[in-house]
Amino acid sequence: MPCIEARGLRKAFGTTIAVDGINLRVEEGRILGLIGPNGAGKTTALNAILGLTSYQGELRVLGRDPWTEREKLMRDACFIADVAVLPRWMKVCQALDYFAGVHPRFDRAKAEGFLAKTTIGRARKVRELSKGMVAQLHLALVMAIDAKLLVLDEPTLGLDILYRKQFYDSLLNDYFDRSRTIVVTTHQVEEIQDVLTDVMFINRGRIVFDCSMEEFESRYLEVMVHPEQIAAARALKPIHERQVFGRNILLFDRVERQQLAALGDVRTPSIADLFVAVLSNQSAAQGGAR
Amino acid sequence: MSTPANTVPGSPLESGVTAPAVITASRRVYWSVRRELWEHRSIYIAPLAAAAVFLPVFLIALTLSPVHRHEPLDLPYELAAGLIMGTGFIVGIFYSLDALYGERRDRSILFWKSLPVSDLTTVLAKFAIPLVILPLLTFAIAVVTQFVMLLLSSAVRLGSGLSVGTLGARMSFFHMSLMLLYHILTVHGLWYAPLYAWLLLVSAWAPRAPFIWAFLPPFVIWGVEKMAFRTSHFLGMLRYRLAGPEPSTTTARSGNLMEMMSALTPAQFFSTPGLWIGLAVAAIFLATAVRLRRYREPI
Repeated sequence: MPCIEARGLRKAFGTTIAVDGINLRVEEGRILGLIGPNGAGKTTALNAILGLTSYQGELRVLGRDPWTEREKLMRDACFIADVAVLPRWMKVCQALDYFAGVHPRFDRAKAEGFLAKTTIGRARKVRELSKGMVAQLHLALVMAIDAKLLVLDEPTLGLDILYRKQFYDSLLNDYFDRSRTIVVTTHQVEEIQDVLTDVMFINRGRIVFDCSMEEFESRYLEVMVHPEQIAAARALKPIHERQVFGRNILLFDRVERQQLAALGDVRTPSIADLFVAVLSNQSAAQGGAR
Repeated sequence: MSTPANTVPGSPLESGVTAPAVITASRRVYWSVRRELWEHRSIYIAPLAAAAVFLPVFLIALTLSPVHRHEPLDLPYELAAGLIMGTGFIVGIFYSLDALYGERRDRSILFWKSLPVSDLTTVLAKFAIPLVILPLLTFAIAVVTQFVMLLLSSAVRLGSGLSVGTLGARMSFFHMSLMLLYHILTVHGLWYAPLYAWLLLVSAWAPRAPFIWAFLPPFVIWGVEKMAFRTSHFLGMLRYRLAGPEPSTTTARSGNLMEMMSALTPAQFFSTPGLWIGLAVAAIFLATAVRLRRYREPI
């Protein structure tokens, strides 16, 4: 059974179509990065997956319909929707009590263990904590839940680089164990490139790119082309070309590494570079169609 | 607390994981109510403050004139109960208006919805605050306050050489408390249920300013009815709801509270159609609030 399966998932707010017929399949044990520009429909798609918004089309998450079975789904799935959703009046110990009170899969000792690594005191209120500490607290609470699916929607927005690094490190080291599935959206793509097993680009409510990281690494290569080789390189039909410090960097899809090595320095592109390439090609294609 | 019933078969990686604890529905309600008390501390602080203000005033009045021969001895006790109940009622109104609006305003609804607690459980727990928790709390605080008053006045009477016995003969403290509990549970709980449910509904729906959305529609209905039909049935209905189920002749008297509160026997109270109509309306409002909470997103 796939962890998430969507067919023709659609959601419109009035005349604005936020999610426009998404087909999606996420298997157990994957870490999927959902990348897209602002307003691409990422959050709407995630909200549908989490039972926070109604939708059209077919959607099963852990075998359940999230909209009608949110309560049951949340026993096996958990999410961090934003950095700042922990109630500000709540004390750290109250959050622990409440989770232990209502969540069947919450391990209080585990959460206490995570918190012991931070400087967050039990008697502190959320409003007294810094933004980074709130994120640490929320992560500690969520990681102590033995869930099958964890959804993170911009979990590190507005945090400094130290906290962001720590966040993903503890997520990988203390939480992920190949039987869980994690879906994450973020704008700091380069920071999660090494974390992901799969990547998906979403633009204007549609999935425009979907591949595993193994495929990504074998398929895409980026070459900083020697100026004299530029014509030969362009003949190999790069999918994107950009200039950095006067040097041309060309991005190739399914071209042999040896062939490219003759043209310049070859390396694996960053997800961000591929993202820019895919999106600009898409808008160029749309512009040409018009 | 843990049973192997819910473990997932076929996943070797999970075999070492302890079975999930069984969380009963009542436990979820209990923790949901507790969390309301954590967030809205005014639920118990406000009635306590009312009592704390009343008691010194009472003591001063007592020392100034220890003998109130020409007025009913029960009056200060009624005043104390009335003040504390009134405070509880106002707290209940403001609580209900904020209960489902505040969590959307501060976006914490996203946090609460990430936990396996249904919208029904959440709304019912929030409804339980004005329906059960506040009445019981105000009752407990009122009774303790009255008991302290009784001790104080006895002490003052002893000090001024009067017998304590006359006081004890004039009223039965236990009887008074029992009547108060009956009044609080029936009127402040069951009779006012549709009012609180309406406020919860508005608080689940309002895009902003729930206070205005709660009080404007009744005002508009009253105005439209007045202009279109030159009647005021709606106002009468509201007045009936607010004044309580007791016959208006007894409530209108400024007389004895005990008499007023015992005006309706339980049999009479529970056979009042208004009670059941009110509860049915409350159920509809609540069901709508539950549905709205499912659809509503942070503002």
